[in-house]
Amino acid sequence: MATAIQMPSLSPTMKEGKITKWLKKEGDKISSGDAIAEVETDKSNLEVEAFDDGFLVKVTVKEGESAPVGAPIAFIGEKGEKVEGAPAPAAPKAEAPKAEAQVVPIRQPPPAPAAAAPSGRVFASPLAKKMAHDQGLDIKALHGSGPAGRIVKRDVEAAISKAPPAAARAPAFVPVVGRQDPEKIPLSTMRKVIAQRMAEVKPGVPHFYLTVDVEMDAALKIREEAKALESKVSVNDIVIKAAAVALRRSPKMNRTFQGDHVLQHKNVDVGMAVAIEDGLITPVILDADQKTLSQISTESRELAERARRRALKPQEYTGGTIAISNLGMYGIDSFVAVINPPHASILAVGTVSDRAVVRDGQPAVRKMMSVTLSGDHRVIDGALGAEYLKELKALLEHPMRLLF
Amino acid sequence: MPEIMYREALNQALAEEMERDRRVFLIGEEVGKYQGAFKVSQGLLDKFGSARVVDAPISELGFAGLGVGAAMIGLRPVVEMMTWNFAILAMDQIVNNAAKLRHMSGGQLRCPIVFRGPGGAGGRLSSQHSQALESNYAHFPGLKVIAPATPADAKGMLKSAIRDENPVVMIEGERLYALKGEVPEGEHLVPLGKADVKREGRDVTLITWSRMYYFCEQAAQQLEKEGISAEILDLRTLRPLDEEAIVGSVKKTNRAVVVEEGWPHAGIGAQVVDVIQSGAFDFLDAPVLRVTGLDVNMSYAANLENATQPDAAKIVAAAKKVLYAEGH
Repeated sequence: MATAIQMPSLSPTMKEGKITKWLKKEGDKISSGDAIAEVETDKSNLEVEAFDDGFLVKVTVKEGESAPVGAPIAFIGEKGEKVEGAPAPAAPKAEAPKAEAQVVPIRQPPPAPAAAAPSGRVFASPLAKKMAHDQGLDIKALHGSGPAGRIVKRDVEAAISKAPPAAARAPAFVPVVGRQDPEKIPLSTMRKVIAQRMAEVKPGVPHFYLTVDVEMDAALKIREEAKALESKVSVNDIVIKAAAVALRRSPKMNRTFQGDHVLQHKNVDVGMAVAIEDGLITPVILDADQKTLSQISTESRELAERARRRALKPQEYTGGTIAISNLGMYGIDSFVAVINPPHASILAVGTVSDRAVVRDGQPAVRKMMSVTLSGDHRVIDGALGAEYLKELKALLEHPMRLLF
Repeated sequence: MPEIMYREALNQALAEEMERDRRVFLIGEEVGKYQGAFKVSQGLLDKFGSARVVDAPISELGFAGLGVGAAMIGLRPVVEMMTWNFAILAMDQIVNNAAKLRHMSGGQLRCPIVFRGPGGAGGRLSSQHSQALESNYAHFPGLKVIAPATPADAKGMLKSAIRDENPVVMIEGERLYALKGEVPEGEHLVPLGKADVKREGRDVTLITWSRMYYFCEQAAQQLEKEGISAEILDLRTLRPLDEEAIVGSVKKTNRAVVVEEGWPHAGIGAQVVDVIQSGAFDFLDAPVLRVTGLDVNMSYAANLENATQPDAAKIVAAAKKVLYAEGH
C-alpha cells in the first residue's frame, strides 16, 4: 500500500508550498533521510526529506505547481506499485486511516497541520463555512486543523477570537474598476501573507510612536576606522548593535505579548527588515548584543543576500523582540513602521544627513539621523520606550559606551 | 416509582389495556399456558381467559393473518411473535395486508393491530436468530415501528400502540427483558413518533434506540471523563422518525454518530443520516458517522458475536473522530 508524502509546514505562516524542483523522480528508490524535493514557501526555499524507505511511485504535484500544507505531493510504495485515485486531498474513508509517510523539512521541527487547498479549493465543514460567512471571515485565509487540512468549527472559533471586533473592522478593500483596463496581478504567496498579517496587525496591535534625533558624527567615525581595518561596517550594523545593547540594558523592552501573559526574554535577538522582490522579510540576528560589529556586519550582509535569494531557513526569520527598518538609503528622513508580531517594537531608521543644529547656543552642522520607535502598547509604555530611545541615542552618539 | 423489569412493564401495559378495552386480545405462540416464551404474558391467561389470551399454533403467517382479520372487523389484537426472526414468515400479512388495508379500501377499513416480540442478538443464538430487523418494517408506509429501550418507555409505548388506529410493529429488546427500571404505575402513555433526549450534551449527538442506548450511555460516560459532552437521543419510534428532534439536537452539537445494532446497508441509520444532511447541513462540522453491526452474518461463537456488534469503545472512537479529537 503506497503511503502519501504530504506537503510539510515549513514556516508558521505557510499555507501552501510550491515544488520548485523534484530531487527524485518517479521510480527512484528512496531511503529515509533522502531529500526528495525543493519547496518554495511564502518565505524561502527548503528541502523536504522522506522518513520512509521505498520507491517514489507517483508524483502528484509537478514542478512549478503548488499544494496546500498537508496535501499529498507524492506517494512512496513498493517498486512498480500503482497509485489509484486523484491526488487531491479527500475526506478519509470510514476505515481506519492508514499511516501517512512522515516527511519533515530538513533541520526543522515537525510540520503543524495547516489549511487551504490545491488550486484554490478550500475544504471546510458546512458549519465552518456558515460561521465564517456569518462573521465576514475569508474562509480561504483560515487555518484548517481537520483531516487533509479541513477547516472545522474550532478553526473558525480560533479565528473569531483573534479577529478584531466587527465594529472595529474597516472594509478590507474597495472594489475598483479602474480606467484604462488595469492589469490584474495575481497575489504571490508572500504578498498574500503580508497583506493578511499587516491588515491584522494594525488594528490588532495598539501602536504608539516616539521619535528621537541622533547625532551620528561619532558613529560615522567608527565606520571610517573600521574601513581602515578593512572591515565593512554600515550605519545599519552600528544601529543593530546599539539597539541590541540598549535592549539588554532595558530588559522590560525585551518582552512579547502573549494574550494572557507576557514573555520576558533572556536573549537579545534583533530582526532586520530586508526588502526583496515583491515584499520584505525580517531575518534575525541572534544574540546581537553579544556580537562584535564585524560579526554583525558579516552576518547581516549574508542574511540579506540569502533573503534576496529566498534561501533563508524559517528559524532565521522567526523570533526576536525588536526589528529595525532602515530606509536611510532612499533619503527618507523619518517614518513610522508597523510592528511585526511577535516583536514588541520596531525602529524606523531614517537617512543620515547634514542638519543645522544648535550646540552650546551656537548654530552648528552635524550628521543627524532620526529614529522612530513603534511600540506595542499592550506590553510597552511610553516612558519605557522613551528611556530605551534615550539609551539608544547615548550609545550611538558615544559609541565608546558600546564597549561597556 | 417502583422498579420493575422490562418484561413486567410490558405485562402491565397488556393487562391495563385489556382491562380498559375488551376489544384488546393477545395471540401468539406459548402466550397462554406457558405464560409466554419470555414471560411477558405471565398471568394474563388466568386473568382474561382463553378467549382473550390465545395460544396459536406454530404458524406465524396464519395467526398474523387472523389478527389482521380481527382488526378489520373492529377488534384490537396484539400479536406476539416469539422473535422477529420468526416473523419473517408473517411478512406478507404485515406489509401486504396490515400496512395497506386502509389505503386500498379508501379508508373504509382500519387495521389497529400491534405485532410485537423481541429483536436483536439474544446471545449465542447464531445467525438465523440474532437479527435486528427493524429496517425491514420501517421501509413500509402504513406501518409504525417502535423500539423502546427502557421499561418505562416499553410500557408507555405499548399502551399507545394498542390505542393507535394503525398497525404498529413493536420490536422489543430480547436482552432487555430482565432489565429493571423505574416505571410509573397505572396510566402511563408515551406518544409514538417522539424521540427522547436521554442525556443532554453539547459536543456530539449519539442517535440510537433499543439496546444500543445502553452502549451509548457507557460511551457518553467515558467521553465525559475526557471532557467531551455527548447528547444521547433515543429515537424510540423508528417510523415515523422524529425529524425535528434529530435536526434540533445536531444543530446544537454540530456532530452526530448514529448507533444501530443492525446491518449498515439500508439500515435505519442511513435514513437518520439523510434527515441530518438535509435538515442540518449548514450546522455539520464533520461527516456523520455510523456505528452498526458488522456487515456479516452473526457468528455463534461468543467472542465473534461480541466483535460483530457495536459496543462502547466503537462509539467512543466514532465520537472522537467526528470531534477531530483523535489522530487522523
